[in-house]
Amino acid sequence: MRILVCVKRIPMVGGRIVLTPDGGQIDTSMLGFTVSPHEECAVEEAVRIVEAVRAKGGSGEVTVLTLGPPEAADQLRDAVALGASKCVLLETDREWGPIATAEAIAQEARERGPFDLLLFGNEAADSGDFQVGIRVAHLLDLPVVTGIKGLALEPSGSAGSLAGSLPRASARREYRGVEESFELGLPAVVTVKEGINLPRYPSLPGRMRAKKAVIDSLALGWQGEALSTESLRVPTVERRRAELLGRGAEAVPALVALLESLGLLS
Amino acid sequence: MIGAGIVGNGLAYHLARLGLRDLILVDKGPLPNPGGSTGHASNFIFPIDYSKMMTDLTFDSTAQYKEMGVFIESGGIEVARLPEREVEFARRVSVAKAWGIPAEIIDPQEVARLVPYLDPSVIRAGLHFPTVGVVDSLRAGTIMRERAQATGALEVRANTEVLGIDVNPATRRVERVRTTNGDIETDMVAICCGVWSPRVAELAGAHIALTPIVHQMISVGPIPLFADTVGEIAYPIVRDVDANMYERQHGGDIEVGSYAHRPIIVSPGEIPSNEEASLSPTELPFTQDDFDPQLAEALELMPDLLGDEGVGIRYAINGLISMTPDGHPVLGESPEVRGLWSVAASWIKEGPGIARALAEWMVEGRSELDVHEADIARFYPFQQTRQHVRARASESFNKMYGIVHPAEQWSLEREIRLSPMFAAEKELGAFFYQTAGWERPHWYESNAPLLDRYGDRVMPRSAEWESRWWSPLVNAEHLAMRDGCGLVDLSAFVELDVTGKGALSTLQLLSVAQLDVPVGRVVYTSWLDGAGGFKADLTVMRLGVDHFRVVTGGAHGMADKQWILDHLPTDGSAHLSDLTSAWTTIGLWGPRSRDVLASVTDDDVSAEGFGFATCREIETSGLSTLASRISYVGELGWELYLPIEQGARLWRTLFEAGQVHGLVPVGIGVYGTTGRLEKAYRSYGNELTPEYNLVEAGMARPKVKLQEFIGKEAYLAQRESDPAALCCTLTVDDHRSPSTGELRYMLGGEPIVTLSGERIVDAKGRPSYVTSAGSAPSVGVHVLLAYLPPDLAVEGTRLSVVYMNELFGVTVAVVGARPLFDPENERVRA
Repeated sequence: MRILVCVKRIPMVGGRIVLTPDGGQIDTSMLGFTVSPHEECAVEEAVRIVEAVRAKGGSGEVTVLTLGPPEAADQLRDAVALGASKCVLLETDREWGPIATAEAIAQEARERGPFDLLLFGNEAADSGDFQVGIRVAHLLDLPVVTGIKGLALEPSGSAGSLAGSLPRASARREYRGVEESFELGLPAVVTVKEGINLPRYPSLPGRMRAKKAVIDSLALGWQGEALSTESLRVPTVERRRAELLGRGAEAVPALVALLESLGLLS
Repeated sequence: MIGAGIVGNGLAYHLARLGLRDLILVDKGPLPNPGGSTGHASNFIFPIDYSKMMTDLTFDSTAQYKEMGVFIESGGIEVARLPEREVEFARRVSVAKAWGIPAEIIDPQEVARLVPYLDPSVIRAGLHFPTVGVVDSLRAGTIMRERAQATGALEVRANTEVLGIDVNPATRRVERVRTTNGDIETDMVAICCGVWSPRVAELAGAHIALTPIVHQMISVGPIPLFADTVGEIAYPIVRDVDANMYERQHGGDIEVGSYAHRPIIVSPGEIPSNEEASLSPTELPFTQDDFDPQLAEALELMPDLLGDEGVGIRYAINGLISMTPDGHPVLGESPEVRGLWSVAASWIKEGPGIARALAEWMVEGRSELDVHEADIARFYPFQQTRQHVRARASESFNKMYGIVHPAEQWSLEREIRLSPMFAAEKELGAFFYQTAGWERPHWYESNAPLLDRYGDRVMPRSAEWESRWWSPLVNAEHLAMRDGCGLVDLSAFVELDVTGKGALSTLQLLSVAQLDVPVGRVVYTSWLDGAGGFKADLTVMRLGVDHFRVVTGGAHGMADKQWILDHLPTDGSAHLSDLTSAWTTIGLWGPRSRDVLASVTDDDVSAEGFGFATCREIETSGLSTLASRISYVGELGWELYLPIEQGARLWRTLFEAGQVHGLVPVGIGVYGTTGRLEKAYRSYGNELTPEYNLVEAGMARPKVKLQEFIGKEAYLAQRESDPAALCCTLTVDDHRSPSTGELRYMLGGEPIVTLSGERIVDAKGRPSYVTSAGSAPSVGVHVLLAYLPPDLAVEGTRLSVVYMNELFGVTVAVVGARPLFDPENERVRA
């Protein structure tokens, strides 16, 4: 079982985002970096699948790939600390849009493949393009399901073992209160959403492995792209306020009046 | 109060307790955790510190935490991986004994019995402190804040950012604090802002010398072994001091903290706001690379616990803490802006104690605990520059758990203040120590030939610890000065001229000694605080009817200057000029010093013509020099004052003229230690502290002047009652280590105990310990000064000193200030 998980390095922002003076980027001088919560879950899901395969005597490996600056190696190591075994860094000197990103990933997947499963987060937490997973699937001519919050791999054929032959996958997602189920053959692309699992924390031995992990790096030249970022703007948000209605029993009339005004008391 | 961390809440409580009303506590963050360092503190308290002040503050804080019911005693163990650490433990357990802290060196198996998840094969020994504990500092802050609110004295404004502090330009006093929730009119503001303190002080145009610096911490769990722990902690806290780390249980997790990584300094202006921070402003993003080298050490010490693949790093931060240039907090009223108080750079372990001390200081003018070492007024302007603060913080960060010699010198930010003799001193192979920024020769390699001349009289040392930052040349220079003559660079002296019609009355008010003396007299005097404790000891020259020159040491000079400024008459009748950077001082002492001085002057410097304790202008080889005949080394001689740019010339003149009289350059090792101790001269900060008084120090004079002075009432009462302790000179009976036979020499701070090793504490609860230690080469003994209760302060009494966790016999040689060398003071009066 060979799984490719793609992640993107993003700043770990607080409640208020600060932009660089030219408005071109998020000011990350006092920020840490991470991957989006969806991608954390994608890594966890991949590791769990491979652990299950290995538990049954099979073999498997998780390759984690990112496209980004040299510092994105940190996020690859984070994934190794959680159980990924191989790292690929497609080094870029600027932010790439979803089209070019998908093309680079697809090419890399072809060269390093075949993979049984390609996992993505549903969308990156910073740019939120919702495109890369789908575009990669299209370029590789693979089936894709998106927004997945439940994934199970089943052995192909009733008697076959998970390790033995390519299984099929069943995937589940929620959409506007309706649960949708998918059956798909592997290889396939799945984009997952936070909640599919509860990602583990890295162990100390895991961190030690991460420290020693070899990062397979490849510098990519800028090819140009139809989509590009012009500038960023922080939307004005109305400041949340709390109003103290009173203390103890004296607050009751005001509270009742408020509940009535909201139509919560009949 | 600005800042609602452990300090601000504590200060609010203690000020309210002392009766202050109309208190307002503001913080820009939310309560109960506004986002400062209190919120991410590891919250454990080790009672031990080499600094008595810090130990006392920790002790007081612990008592307060216990009273609030937020203290859990867990015990704590420091573990040694290296042989030198075992030696350090011996030293540390001795100081624990001095301060009355339970401590015991235990073997690795015993450590593993107390901490079953620790691998005993990695360590050589443990130092167990059973009274170590953890506190809930956020809860403690809340309790203290609510207690203050309950008295009706305190109003709390959270989510209120301070925008400005208005200062009256004429009086330089605070008038108003401007906040996002309106202005507050006030003449008293306390900055309790931890890492933000410099930035808030800047709003008032003042400095607080600290820098935020990163301390990395991770939390690992859930630990199966801790699953059944009720409460926060069941196992002792471990300080893996040789790895610069600690490990403590926190509920189901174990916290691993590190001081091993590179110093990561953050500017107060860079700290993100509550809204911008992903965790909190002082919990910055963890930088994994910096922590990575520590993982292996942590795993090595606790392999099963931390090596468990099932437990994860659930929390990891680059936590911000405050560091100051000298490791001490920054406390007191800003010399730059009156009414602006700094209560900054406190750890959790000192917070409530500092709050109490500051509240007393603010309300009563003096705190029960002596915090003078932390006085904000101690800093010279250069010490408050960002570069200096950062350099000191960088250098000291990795020494947090280091083995630091008491005389250890800084390596960064040297050569800041240079005497006019600096070049000449370098030529002579001076080994420099730094005091208040001044490079001061401690000894001179050029004196190496003296070692042959004096042989074993230089009291050579073989033990590495006592030989570090020391040279037998100090003792050789001492002997050469006593035989002939020594030339001492005293440029670090602080010269403060007080002039005007009100000069006399101003200084009379500060001084115990009579200052209404004839012009040309030099007076040695103590300054007291209101309770009769020592505030300073220094000399005053009367240079004119309305002109006095106060001369004090570099280390305490800024605080002494502030004390004068605080007491200048408001009518402008007296003025203070700081002439430190305008004047230099050269000491010339020894039996041949008169011959040397006479050879470069035509003025009368004879015994009759220039009496002891007098001063006047003389001409020295074409220079106009103020000569003052006093001595801190117990010799005939003079302090010679002259404009700083002429210092090198006088030094050269005297040096050349002195060659035929046996003159040698003499370092501060003699001036500050050996010369002083042979004469039993007490030193401010060692023997003379706010905790002791003139009677106890053996410095009470037969008469008390009629004029008022600060502390007089207390001093009169002290004279009427029996002292609880007396300052004594002790000599060591046998320097041989009971275990190794090597000769050992105490350095100061060691406990004085009974022959059988029982701790000695006086009626006021003050322990007996060595306040100063050093060679007395002229009498061939190693001298210890210590306060002893009256029943033991009897000459001939045999006691012990604990050094490196061994007992050495000592004898009380002198009770009181009578010197071992030249007890009749014939030399100084020669």
